[in-house]
Amino acid sequence: MKTIFIAALLAATPALARDAPPHPGAIVYLEVCQACHMANAKGAVGAGRIAALAGNGNLAYPEYPIAVVTGGKGAMPWFRGQLTDQQIADVIGYVRTHFGNRYKGRITADQIAALGVKAPPRSRE
Amino acid sequence: MNRAGGAPTRREILHAIGVMGGASVLYQAMATMGHAAETQFAGPPNLSGARPGASVLVLGAGLAGMLAAYELGKAGYKVRIIEYNNRPGGRNWSLYGGDTYAELGGATQKIGFAKGNYLNPGPWRIPYHHRSLLHYCKAFGVALEPFIQLNHQALVHNSKAFGGKPQRYRELAADWDGNVAELLSKAIDNKGLNAVMTTEDGEMLKEALRTWGMLDKDMRYVRGPASAARRGFDRPPGGGVDGAPIPSDPFDFRDVRQSGVWRAFAQHMGHERQTTMFQPVGGMGMIGQAFARQVEGKIRYGAKVTKIDQSGGAVTVTWTDVASGAVETAKADYCVCTIPLGILSQIDVDVSPGMRAAIAAVPYSNSVKVGLEMKSRFWEDEDAIYGGISFTDQPIGMISYPSGGMHSAGPGVILGAYTFGPASYKLAALPPEQRIAAALDQGAVLHPGRYKEQFSNGAAVAWSRSPFTLGCCAQWNEDTRKEHYQTLVAVDDRIVLAGEHASYIGCWMEGALLSSLDAITRLHKRALEA
Repeated sequence: MKTIFIAALLAATPALARDAPPHPGAIVYLEVCQACHMANAKGAVGAGRIAALAGNGNLAYPEYPIAVVTGGKGAMPWFRGQLTDQQIADVIGYVRTHFGNRYKGRITADQIAALGVKAPPRSRE
Repeated sequence: MNRAGGAPTRREILHAIGVMGGASVLYQAMATMGHAAETQFAGPPNLSGARPGASVLVLGAGLAGMLAAYELGKAGYKVRIIEYNNRPGGRNWSLYGGDTYAELGGATQKIGFAKGNYLNPGPWRIPYHHRSLLHYCKAFGVALEPFIQLNHQALVHNSKAFGGKPQRYRELAADWDGNVAELLSKAIDNKGLNAVMTTEDGEMLKEALRTWGMLDKDMRYVRGPASAARRGFDRPPGGGVDGAPIPSDPFDFRDVRQSGVWRAFAQHMGHERQTTMFQPVGGMGMIGQAFARQVEGKIRYGAKVTKIDQSGGAVTVTWTDVASGAVETAKADYCVCTIPLGILSQIDVDVSPGMRAAIAAVPYSNSVKVGLEMKSRFWEDEDAIYGGISFTDQPIGMISYPSGGMHSAGPGVILGAYTFGPASYKLAALPPEQRIAAALDQGAVLHPGRYKEQFSNGAAVAWSRSPFTLGCCAQWNEDTRKEHYQTLVAVDDRIVLAGEHASYIGCWMEGALLSSLDAITRLHKRALEA
């Protein structure tokens, strides 16, 4: 069942259907980020706005996406503790080099550990 | 249970009060100690005596906003509601055949349900103790019917138990209780509980376990009339020649443990899901419609708020007309703002830095709901499942069968997915038609040969892509409660916030209403003192 589900996800994203092995961050993007930021990473606008990650100048500074993904921002929840530091590094690396972004510099799990916001205590609410 | 020495337990004190003073004293004592009181609702606020000409702008025509406008209007304020959507209700909402829903990203669904059928994308059940919601449902003429939460005939599916074959909740629940009773009885026999109870107490407990766990005369949970009376029969009792029943075989306890049925118990046992639960006849959206009738003519639809200013002794709200792009403003003496925090944090709001920080500090959860219309009610006709929930460890989480229109002919809408956590993000990432396809694939495991075959059309709502909320519900934690909650709910000069996010009953309509009542009561007081 899990396989079918992933297959459906992949099929929904033509860019990933190519033969080359996908970027390790691609699957994280697909399974987490795409729910809000959309398949094309362009975000959306309604009563409020979901930020576009495509062509996003803030991504030039790794500190920025690291702070947002680990600590959350506005309606966006934090993902520290839900994703591993490696997964967070992978997906930031993926977004910084795809969707029209061509930022240099590898993002590592060590950077996430050093710069990331600590996960808040698990809530029982 | 007598414990040698030591202070009496809380239970012992309550018991003593109950014996000596009767039930009403007991209830009072329990309420004082924080139990038994089930709501903070003390009746409608009965506000009155607004200063002549005083006005309030309410932002958001969800339940919190419409209740604020209704009660403040009764108190004498001139009220107006500004709403982003072209309908009232906010997250209180039902999708019916003929409706259109466009989510963020542009995917647009035209709902094809038969007349009378619906999906509740947001709230879908009402606990019996949500007294303010029940009060206003009655006051505003919303007909309610029972919502079936627990159904023993429904299924529990775990891909790692019973070879992936779903089993009846009734059988698993009976086997769970029976095996636990037998184990506990053995522990008593082996003097395993001597540290916590006397031999006499142990014997009394064993008698209770025999009845509770359907054990036989030797304190064993085995195939026989006792266990069959709870878990069911291979051949149920009938009439005539073959009338004698044949009991069924209990499952292996290892399989029962593996099934995770205890997670389903926990679902049903939570205070917010205990019997009795309600739903409005005809869809949850009936509540929003009924509230809207009470504030008719006062809602300005299709307006996207862009700025909230409170300089110069008045509140000035600026919005963009969604259809035309025209910018408009309105002024009032006060403002009740129910805009979800994720959206409010992006709006230019003239409040204290502390309140702005609070608004920005609360993230929103995600959830996906999928409604699947089936040509026939095969779960009723063939499976004798009338309402209730089947659970699965697949991403869809559960299937819920409609509590309305039971035992009728014709199509019914199954809730085919109600996801939490990571599954919500995965499902939300798909276009709506693929969410429906995934829900069909997974649901078919519980009803093979029927689910896909009887399917006619569906609808899927991913809250992370909801244009008017950017998520499902506010997610507080201990730290943010401590740091921001009181600032968030305080009256900030002429502005007060309300909604489920400004309550401790997050994600429930009751939280939105209690928050609203509390907010307007304080705002009214402040207005009279001004």
